[in-house]
This record gives sequence, C-alpha cells and structure tokens, in this order.
Amino acid sequence: MTEKKNRHIAFICSKGDLDMAYPALIMGWAALGNGVDVTIFFTFWGLDMITKDRCNKLEMAPVSKTSMKMKMMGLPTGNLGIPNILGIIPGMTAFTSWFLKKEMKKLGVPPIKEYIEMLSDGGAKLYGCKMTVDMFNIKKEDFLPQVNDVVTASDFIDMTEGAEIVFI
Amino acid sequence: MATVLDTIEFNEEGFMTDPNAWTKEIAEVIAKGEGIENLAENHWIIIDFCRKTGEETGKAPTLRQITTGTGISTKELFALYPKGPAKKVAKISGLGKPEGCV
Repeated sequence: MTEKKNRHIAFICSKGDLDMAYPALIMGWAALGNGVDVTIFFTFWGLDMITKDRCNKLEMAPVSKTSMKMKMMGLPTGNLGIPNILGIIPGMTAFTSWFLKKEMKKLGVPPIKEYIEMLSDGGAKLYGCKMTVDMFNIKKEDFLPQVNDVVTASDFIDMTEGAEIVFI
Repeated sequence: MATVLDTIEFNEEGFMTDPNAWTKEIAEVIAKGEGIENLAENHWIIIDFCRKTGEETGKAPTLRQITTGTGISTKELFALYPKGPAKKVAKISGLGKPEGCV
C-alpha cells in the first residue's frame, strides 16, 4: 500500500494589523483540527505576530477599514462608515483595536500569543522570514519560543512542496 | 460480522445522526475505526466533556472549549486524538461536526 501524502496548507502572514493577524491563525487551527499539516511563514509586518513584545499589542487603525461601520458599536447610523477624519484623532486606533479585541473575546477567540502557542502545540510549524529579520535587525530571541526557525524564502518554498499556499 | 454499529445511523461525513443512541461501546468501536485502539482515562475525560456539552447545548464543543473545559493541554489533546482531533472527538462522542471555529 502506498502512503497517501497528508494534505498540507501553508500560510504566508505579511500583515501586522490585528484584523489581518487572525485569518491564518483561525484557518490554521481549523486545519490542524481536521488533520491537515500546517506551516506558517511570517514576513514583513507579519513578524509582529511572533515577536514577544509586539504580538499582544497589534492594532487596527479605522482609516481604510471601509467595512467597519459605526453601527457595529450600536449606533443607529446604518451604512455610514467611520469618517476618515475621525480616524486621525489620537486614541481612535486604540479604541477600534480595543473594540475588536472585546468582540473577539466574546466569541472565545484567544489573544495572538496564546493562539501561536495553541498552533505550535497542535503541530503547526512556524517560521520567520530571514530577509525581514536582517532588514529590521530582529534577533531570534525576540521571537516567541514556539517559532521553529528563521528561514529564507527559498527554504520555505522547499518545505512547502505540494502544499496549498495562502498569502495574507 | 454484526457489530454495535449495525443499527446506528451515520450522516455522509460519518457523524452519528442521533446522539441519544450513543453508548460507550459504540464510542470504542468508532474510535478503533479512527485508529485509536484503546480509549484511556484521558480519552474518556474528553469524551465525557463532549457528551456533557452535547447534552447542554446540542452541539459538539470546539477544541479550545475542550482544553479549557477539561484542563487537558492542546499538546495532549492532539496526542490522544492524532490527525484531526476536532472531527475525531465529535465522531467518537456521537455528536455532530463542531460548529465553532476556535
């Protein structure tokens, strides 16, 4: 009997915004739960997700979040978005980030650091991008202990042969 | 060969359609089919938690609900039910597919 190769999904996380950090974590966790192998490559701002003193401080600025409507905060404003001019007020980014975290918590979604621990414990392989690490002068010890290694883009391509690749 | 599963109905994804028809013997047989030869004490702690959640909410718990509810770590959960604990645990517990994402 020939052994069937297990399904493998690889995520590339390139964003450090709070709302862009969650998709790979949620999908990756679901994949592990269904017996699918998971590899996550963190590059550029995505490295914030695995950096000790950044991972639980990710934020979401309301400017450019066109789908974020004021009615989400319970205001009777219909389809009206948060005016970009309000977005530049000091504290607005902190407010929208707090709001998102609060809503996530209600659903039992853990903070980023805990999510990374869960994924690692569930068997996901986590890698930092060598070029970004060199560019931003980050050290391996700045990362959460769950990070398996810092690798080059070429290494990532090698280790994800046959995998489905999702870029975020 | 007759087994305890003969009278049990499953949906096309392999989940039992009637959680009330579940018994411990059924769990053991389904577990074998999922590659778990023997259900040890901690397997049962998880199954009992799932059954309790199923009775209370009508749904299978998510993996995070299992780890926070039983105190069994994520690592151990994946070791006890390797390669896809979310579906495996729900199947063995006679419940439907977990609906939550976390």
